[in-house]
Amino acid sequence: MGLTDAIFNHPRLGYYGEYGGAFIPEILRTTLDELTQVFEDARRDSSFWTEFEQVMRTYSCRPTPITLLENLSREVGGAQIYLKREDLNHTGAHKVNNVMGQGLLVRRMGKSRVIAETGAGQHGVATATMAARLGLECTIYMGAVDVERQRPNVFWMEQLGAEVVPVTDGSATLKDAINESLRDWAYSMADTHYVLGTACGPHPFPQIVAYFQRIIGEESRQQLLDSVGRLPDRVYACVGGGSNATGLFLGFLDDAAVELVGVEAGGRGLETGDHASRLAGLVGTPGVAQGYKTFFFQDAEGQMRHTHSVAAGLDYIGVSPILAHLAEIGRVRIEAATDQEVIEALKRMMRSEGIIGALESTHALAGALREVGAMTPDQVVLIGLSGRGDKDIFTIADALADENWQRFLADKAARS
Amino acid sequence: MNLQAYIEERLAERKVLLMTHLIAGFPSLEANWRMLEIMAEAEVDLVELQMPFSEPIADGPTFARANQQALESGLTLDQYFDLMQRATAAFAFPHLMMGYYNTAFRLGHGPFCRRLAACGACGFILPDLPVEEYGDLWAAGAECGQTPILLMTPTNTDQRLQQIGAQAKGFVYAVARKGVTGRQTDLDDELYRFIARCRAATDLPLGIGFGLRSGEDLRQLQGQAEIGIVGSVLLEVWEREGEAGYAALVRDLAAGRD
Repeated sequence: MGLTDAIFNHPRLGYYGEYGGAFIPEILRTTLDELTQVFEDARRDSSFWTEFEQVMRTYSCRPTPITLLENLSREVGGAQIYLKREDLNHTGAHKVNNVMGQGLLVRRMGKSRVIAETGAGQHGVATATMAARLGLECTIYMGAVDVERQRPNVFWMEQLGAEVVPVTDGSATLKDAINESLRDWAYSMADTHYVLGTACGPHPFPQIVAYFQRIIGEESRQQLLDSVGRLPDRVYACVGGGSNATGLFLGFLDDAAVELVGVEAGGRGLETGDHASRLAGLVGTPGVAQGYKTFFFQDAEGQMRHTHSVAAGLDYIGVSPILAHLAEIGRVRIEAATDQEVIEALKRMMRSEGIIGALESTHALAGALREVGAMTPDQVVLIGLSGRGDKDIFTIADALADENWQRFLADKAARS
Repeated sequence: MNLQAYIEERLAERKVLLMTHLIAGFPSLEANWRMLEIMAEAEVDLVELQMPFSEPIADGPTFARANQQALESGLTLDQYFDLMQRATAAFAFPHLMMGYYNTAFRLGHGPFCRRLAACGACGFILPDLPVEEYGDLWAAGAECGQTPILLMTPTNTDQRLQQIGAQAKGFVYAVARKGVTGRQTDLDDELYRFIARCRAATDLPLGIGFGLRSGEDLRQLQGQAEIGIVGSVLLEVWEREGEAGYAALVRDLAAGRD
């Protein structure tokens, strides 16, 4: 059985090697079973993927292009660097792939309301967009810390008709928004679907998210074959929960010669303990939380530790069980990039290529920039740019200490 | 100990039993001790002592906050087991560990059960661990007399209730309604229908949890279930009315048994 096949046809239901499962209160059992069944039926229905592709083509600019970063490749002087442009999706990130896909499942289930967690806000915006388009009620749970640092996304979610609920429990970030979503769902499941945003959580979520996000990898593979005539030597993706990395890697999983590199959030450095890495440097350990078994950033007694990243979307304790498995068997190599490296990489790509990446996605670029100089010009690397950076204007302007921007904010605040 | 036999013995004297809940370290270990003393004075029948977890997905807002505050105040696993040990030595009612599976998973199934046994506990309730994921935790528990208490919920299919019933020991914790801990439950026909579905799936005593708030609620359970399980309202009253209010509530609940 190939690696891809094992992800979609589990040797042990809900498991990827030792990781995954469905560790959930019994109250949610029937709902998850129903979801599993609806998803099984959908993916065995030959028209379903066609319908999904049609939606993505007409609503979200798919297929997104790959872009050769000619200037950056020349400056670095190593491999040819290609970027998979998920930032050009409607709503500005890869999140919409999974969300529109789950929207089709919601329609099949006939539910009238969706809920979702969000970290950076991209998944929340995508879900609010889908809900508006399909005429569904929508509630988004978002850590109060993230509400503060991603205010523009909160604004858009509300304009799109969603209710945004700030979550103040725990560390008031993504993990706490997931807990709150699970609590809502335990009460509302009769008419509500939980649109989980990443390839984590209880089965069947990792599988569903991987199924829709694999469109990134499948397109990329074909596009490189068409334009370069060969497969990449390496593929880089940032890893938070892992939906974009899983989706991109799935295009190349069974191409043994393609090296797959996931880049986690190194925050202020792995040695400081102030980061959001789990697999890199083996700083995480196996555990069970939020419905699934994977590597978590936790203490010796199994309590989750506080994570830190400049990128809200990577600021999370767990990682997709699919990636935990692929890392364990050596198919995916995991690195970490620090906040500082990410800011530098972001500036470099803006100046050299005129592309503003999301802070999350720029982790992949930062990881790649460390390594491609040692490669040769006949080699090819592909980097997943999972989202665009305009949403990060406040955070990036802070990190760059841009005086004009700070003056603008002060003036604006003074006037209102 | 044989929990089922204990429950049946107690039911010779009472129409329904009372199981109360507290979270270790919330609001403090000293407060926990007073709560236990009050429970002992009222001759509560069973006690579940919760080990806090940072991701309490099955708990509602009251308990979620309490989990968090207990951990923030520095509660460790050693302190938890120490409290369990002191409590079982001092108070006659059986003590159950309640918590999340990661605690058992990180310790290892064997060490988790042996440590509970060494502290005098008689079992554990892990609401995020479904029966198909127990693995050798069944055997580990059985080896040192730790009874795993399983949960049944109204959304489970009859087939699923059968699966749970087939593995259950001691008693079954029947969750009286949808949602997480802390919301009010109506003791209505729907509840009685759910109880009947549970009965069809198990011969064990039934404990009804989630949302019971008063002695009157307990009284309504008489003849319907064997145990009333009370949690959130106790914490709320401790916070709102302090020790005196708490003691009055526990007495009221205890009186609802007869």
